[in-house]
Amino acid sequence: MRTAFIKQLTEEAKINDKIFLIVGDLGFSVIEEYAELFPDRFLNAGIAEQNMIGVAAGLAKEGFNVYVYSIGNFPTLRCMEQIRYDIAYHNLNVKIVSIGAGYAYGSLGASHHATEDIGMLRTIPNMIVCSPGDPVEAKAITTISSTYNGPMYLRLGKAGEAVVHKEAIVDLQIGNIQNVSIGDSTTSALFVSGSILDYAVKFVETNNIKTSIFSVPFVKPINSIQISDIAKKYDKIIILEEHQKSCGVGSAIIEVLNDLYFNNEISVYPKVKRIAIDDKFYSISGTQNYLRGLADLILQRDYFL
Amino acid sequence: MQNSELLAREIRKTSVKLVYQANASHIGGALSMADILAVLYADVLKFDSADSEYPERDRFILSKGHSCVSLYAALAHSGYFSISDLDSYGKDSSKFISHTSHYIPGVEISAGSLGHGLPIACGLAFAAKRKKETWRTYVLVGDGEMDEGSNWEALLFGAQFNLDNLCLIIDYNKIQSLGFTNEVLNLEPLKSKLEAFNWNVLNVDGHNHNELLAAFDNAKQTKGKPTVVIANTIKGKGVSFMENKLLWHYKSPNEEQYIQAVEEIER
Repeated sequence: MRTAFIKQLTEEAKINDKIFLIVGDLGFSVIEEYAELFPDRFLNAGIAEQNMIGVAAGLAKEGFNVYVYSIGNFPTLRCMEQIRYDIAYHNLNVKIVSIGAGYAYGSLGASHHATEDIGMLRTIPNMIVCSPGDPVEAKAITTISSTYNGPMYLRLGKAGEAVVHKEAIVDLQIGNIQNVSIGDSTTSALFVSGSILDYAVKFVETNNIKTSIFSVPFVKPINSIQISDIAKKYDKIIILEEHQKSCGVGSAIIEVLNDLYFNNEISVYPKVKRIAIDDKFYSISGTQNYLRGLADLILQRDYFL
Repeated sequence: MQNSELLAREIRKTSVKLVYQANASHIGGALSMADILAVLYADVLKFDSADSEYPERDRFILSKGHSCVSLYAALAHSGYFSISDLDSYGKDSSKFISHTSHYIPGVEISAGSLGHGLPIACGLAFAAKRKKETWRTYVLVGDGEMDEGSNWEALLFGAQFNLDNLCLIIDYNKIQSLGFTNEVLNLEPLKSKLEAFNWNVLNVDGHNHNELLAAFDNAKQTKGKPTVVIANTIKGKGVSFMENKLLWHYKSPNEEQYIQAVEEIER
């Protein structure tokens, strides 16, 4: 996903001289081409994330569309208050880009597990929260972000994620849920956010499960009309995400369902199965797949019955 | 051009009045920086009070946002809005909240949490360099605020990128929320510390307008590195019973104290 992001950002920067990339001394073998092509719109701010966000705010105030690139919790939790106050409160044009969503840096330990970031970022007013499911969605979100004037959070995987969408380009709109595969059965709908989408699609195919799959590339805002339509059509909703259960993607969806039900926009509250991290840290080494398994981020056939 | 000594007096009078009317805190730090603001707004900053977004304006960031009354006063006396607008300060529905708000004409950023102004100022100065624009950035921080790690990150940044269009002013009144700065987290030796961070460091009497003016001129002439002006000040300066008293970080004057304060300022 980071490759899809930086390639698209480089393309956008060729036609948009407002784009500015700041890195927090990270991005080796990723950001070089951009840095060489646009030295006047590139900055390594060093390992100093609080200052980096302030600098981004200053550059955005002067008209740049500033991308702040780092990994894991460093451009998010480390400088959360700067994001809230300097960027979001002032509604400045800054895009926070974090590489390594969930357990992508699995073996590097809990310091590098980005498993609370959605919760943190989605409570902040003015902030758009993006969690693409594959490189095609990451590319589309990068394009959207290049002209969107305001704060955004781009929660990206690392490298080598499978391409899930069959189309080379998907037409994403901010807030919209994206169809991945729509079946005839109305028993269940599966929502997935982030690069764990590939696992989910393969699980459904391998087990020949009759379900519809939706990617959730925007955790905030979420298109409530789409949620309403899906809730009316399917008996059961399953939500899979690589994040703490608290305040994550599932939380965002059931908040929408709750309001729809209270406002009589849906007459039946669907059964919702949430698969997310159960309020735990993991302190042993392992690949992303291993840690997903350990955290029980796995689908089971009977969820879909 | 206003006379900076007269402006300082008006800033102090208005500040005390606002704090008295709103029963608000933080008058001590508002008075300690009144002369710095007066010199900046009378003699240094390039601005157009009729157009607060004037592109060529110098950017002034107040980072110690809790001392906002004296900035609001300086802006009102410089023509950004009328003095009477400030009567709503701290009251229900007023846009003049008790920390600086960027919704007020002339205020570049909202400030309330400490250690934010200098990094943003670095971003502004860096933007001016990249855009080859000639306006300057000034940022005023409190001394207690220098406890914040983000400021020391920003000090590294300012020197690294040769931000000679950036001038930091430290309102060094030596008192922070719960005690003297040297008893809470001692900043000393502050001058040599800042010199070691590769800044042009000027140590001045923060109530002497000639010294302040000379420092800002020195900062403008200094090429290749940013300047920090350590402005040695007195918390509560200008009102005898407030001077050097921690209490006046919090307390609001009663009517009798208010009358006495105005008398002393006008003397």
